[in-house]
Amino acid sequence: MSEDSGVLGQLALGFLAISLIAVGGGIAVVPEMNRLVVDVHGWMSDARFAQLFALAQAAPGPNVLVVGLIGWHVGGLAGMLVATLAMTGPAGLLAFGFSRMRSRLAGARWLRVTERGMVPVAVGLIFSSGVILTQAAAVNWLALAVSVGSTIFVWRSNRSPLWVLAVGALIGAIFL
Amino acid sequence: MWGLPGGKAREAGLDPGRRAGLPAGMDRPRPTVAELFLTYLKIGLVGFGGVNAWARRVLVEERRWVTEQEYAEVLGLGQVLPGPNALNVAVQLGERFRGGWGALAASTGLFGGPLVVLLGLAMLHDAYGEVPLVKAVLAGTAAAAAGMILGTAAKITEKLRPAWPILAVGIAALLGGAVLRLPLPWIVLGLAPFGILAAWWTDKARP
Repeated sequence: MSEDSGVLGQLALGFLAISLIAVGGGIAVVPEMNRLVVDVHGWMSDARFAQLFALAQAAPGPNVLVVGLIGWHVGGLAGMLVATLAMTGPAGLLAFGFSRMRSRLAGARWLRVTERGMVPVAVGLIFSSGVILTQAAAVNWLALAVSVGSTIFVWRSNRSPLWVLAVGALIGAIFL
Repeated sequence: MWGLPGGKAREAGLDPGRRAGLPAGMDRPRPTVAELFLTYLKIGLVGFGGVNAWARRVLVEERRWVTEQEYAEVLGLGQVLPGPNALNVAVQLGERFRGGWGALAASTGLFGGPLVVLLGLAMLHDAYGEVPLVKAVLAGTAAAAAGMILGTAAKITEKLRPAWPILAVGIAALLGGAVLRLPLPWIVLGLAPFGILAAWWTDKARP
């Protein structure tokens, strides 16, 4: 029992600390998660960590939910909940506090300029993650063609991207 | 020079809701707490390949709660704030529309659905993770999801029509991430001053 709560406490503290250095998003701190989980605590092997990460990428939802899978692996359902809450709770409160403060400052020119100034960084990083994921997914020419086709479809049409995901899954099932 | 095409830019500038920092203009609906929860539940559950592209699709195109520019701004702030981006966006939009309850509804919707799915996957993974068909389907989906993210970025860029200094900062972020593979905090914090400078400069250059 005390061992369990010990592990849960380590999960909570570890991911709380990680969430607060995660500038740029949850994916920015994957190497730090790897260090915590594999090197510091020895909860799993490198290969197992990579598997869980791939699983979280393949599932719907925020990619940061890999922390939920790590928690599950280490401490079952309680571990999953503790790790997810540690990763999201304090960071969410901080965003909430910022949002409250922002509405009081609304209209200030420096704030508007700051917000507009972060737009290119945000969009550039979406491009960047698209490139990185395309490279990772391009196991052969067909997979690359699926990515390119999906890019054009989502860019040029207003239909739901679920279509390209379904087609991608089908092509994968038949050819990959 | 809001980074929007001319007519829209003037509207955005004059919109009192925009001025007060509220995303809703007079013509745009303000979601209830329940709508925030259900919409974010959907975003989480369909959010293959990361949720930011899906959140944009649902919030900007389907629900029209925020404009392209507003979504890009909130996402930019979400990247500077520590913690998961998608969470920071959900909390900020929830708070702007419906205060504390709105923030709570949006963020629990975003994480609640996928957590249940992941729980199921975690239990099934050991049994079925190595089945070739499952791996092949996941590989095809991953390739399509990667393209979806690129298509979304292209769409945003096309709609916002950035002035060249803003565009240059965007390209620098792309190169820093995809080519140089710099750690994200470096990119965000390193480029923030240049982005702000570019925004300030283009704001000033507005006739």
